[in-house]
Amino acid sequence: MPGLDDLYREIILDHYRSPRNRGELPPPAAHAVGHNPLCGDEIDVYLQVDDGVVSDIKVGGQGCSISQSSASMMSQAVKGKAVDDVRALVKKFKGLMSVEEVDGDEPAADVPLGDLEALQGVVKFPVRIKCATLAWNTLTEALTEA
Amino acid sequence: MSLDAATIRKQFPIFEREIDGAPIIYLDSANTSQKPQSVIDAISRFAETSYAPINRSAYRLAAEATDAFEGARVKAQRFINAPAAHEGIFTKNATESLNLVTHSWGRSQLNAGDAVVLTHMEHHANIVPWQMLAAERGIELRWVPLTDDGQLDLTQLPQLLDGAKAFAFTAMSNVLGTINPVRLLSNAAHAAGALAIVDGCQFTPHNVTDVQAMGADFYAFSSHKMCGPSGVGVLWGREALLEEIPPFLGGGNMIADVRLDGFTPAELPAKFEAGTPPILEVVGLGAAIDFLDGLGMPNVRAHEMEIARYAIDTLTERYGDDITIHGPRNVEVRGATLSFAFRGIHPHDLSQVLDQRNVCIRAGHHCAKPLMRLLGATATARASFYVYNDEHDADALSEALDGASDIFAF
Repeated sequence: MPGLDDLYREIILDHYRSPRNRGELPPPAAHAVGHNPLCGDEIDVYLQVDDGVVSDIKVGGQGCSISQSSASMMSQAVKGKAVDDVRALVKKFKGLMSVEEVDGDEPAADVPLGDLEALQGVVKFPVRIKCATLAWNTLTEALTEA
Repeated sequence: MSLDAATIRKQFPIFEREIDGAPIIYLDSANTSQKPQSVIDAISRFAETSYAPINRSAYRLAAEATDAFEGARVKAQRFINAPAAHEGIFTKNATESLNLVTHSWGRSQLNAGDAVVLTHMEHHANIVPWQMLAAERGIELRWVPLTDDGQLDLTQLPQLLDGAKAFAFTAMSNVLGTINPVRLLSNAAHAAGALAIVDGCQFTPHNVTDVQAMGADFYAFSSHKMCGPSGVGVLWGREALLEEIPPFLGGGNMIADVRLDGFTPAELPAKFEAGTPPILEVVGLGAAIDFLDGLGMPNVRAHEMEIARYAIDTLTERYGDDITIHGPRNVEVRGATLSFAFRGIHPHDLSQVLDQRNVCIRAGHHCAKPLMRLLGATATARASFYVYNDEHDADALSEALDGASDIFAF
């Protein structure tokens, strides 16, 4: 069995301890709520898109260290990015989580993951993949709304 | 301990298995229980030597299979002290049993404006079917609140029951471990002219069940939480009620006659058993009842009171205010199902860390989201003990929790 060090990397615990971009955005910001039916975790994603760019993002809700740190890192990674780049990042992250294939020719293949790489240990704990992807699925929903 | 868990554990082959070279500490029996060799053998022996259709073929093998199947019904009847075997309906699980009640009884007996009383500690299986009925029929749902220590707050019960047609409640909470005063609740329901519909899914595996002493009108329980296989549950109902209400699912076996212009339902219990039932599983349930009868349900209850007391004391002594155990402290009114919060660590993370030491607990909302909201949590960690657990398992849990503090010490 893979060790817990693979899962609970220091950077993950740091984002869990001190989540970035916590809060809410008032309308007309897009708002989506995601649920993990397994454990009852909830994530709120508020998204302000101006001229095709994610100008602001806030995250609310509560959950385990993996879902919360993933949400925090995600908020950092997408803030200030063009919506198309955000979509490519979502695809790349889901590739990392083994829930989506990323073709070598796709734009997503070149997207740098930065801190998010720390979450790749989650793949060794399949039950937790849903925790890591919860924020990202919620982000996708908010993008559709924005 | 009133039962020797070490000896009992030897009858469960799964405990021979090791993960990472160490035995499994299984503390998730409120979720589903492990299976003794006798149940596994009963199912395979039946499949190997006696399997055949039941209730419909004339040859000897089919008669033998029918006897085994109906024999399990008689065992179930005796196990819950029901007046008659044909009042016991085999379903898929306790969830289906409760859906049978809301569907067949609820739809035929309730009209817009009628009230049904539930409690804040119900499992979704005793909430959602009523909400579906409420949406369809415009019935009113009322809720019995809880006290601070996780028991039913009965101060307003007569008012809540006033004019109600049914009071549907759990005999034992799957989250808090609370054992409810079923007889008292049934009496209160009857005094108000309401039926007492009892979810016994958590209660029956751990306690002496007597549906007559309880004053229940309907009683639901499930095989897989009481050492039997998954895939079979039971609904017991008073004969007069079962006779009065229409069938649930339609199909083969549940009819006396079918014409082009309609059908006549079969007699009980076939009236509520459409299609081929889970034959192997029912036989397995019969063997599980034999197994539990062999231990003696009063002994099972005594054992679990001891282990609940030991686990509560051990965890509280070691961790003090760092651990919050939900539900009553008094083991007279609770079972050995302990939900807890520990040092602010999310239950999912807790469960992950405990798994490193093969300690299997449940982390989540336990299909009781309204109760979770009341506790101010999205999830809790839950350790539930059964006949094969003893104080060593409680010690292992206590020890493993310390490991979680090392990672999440902030």
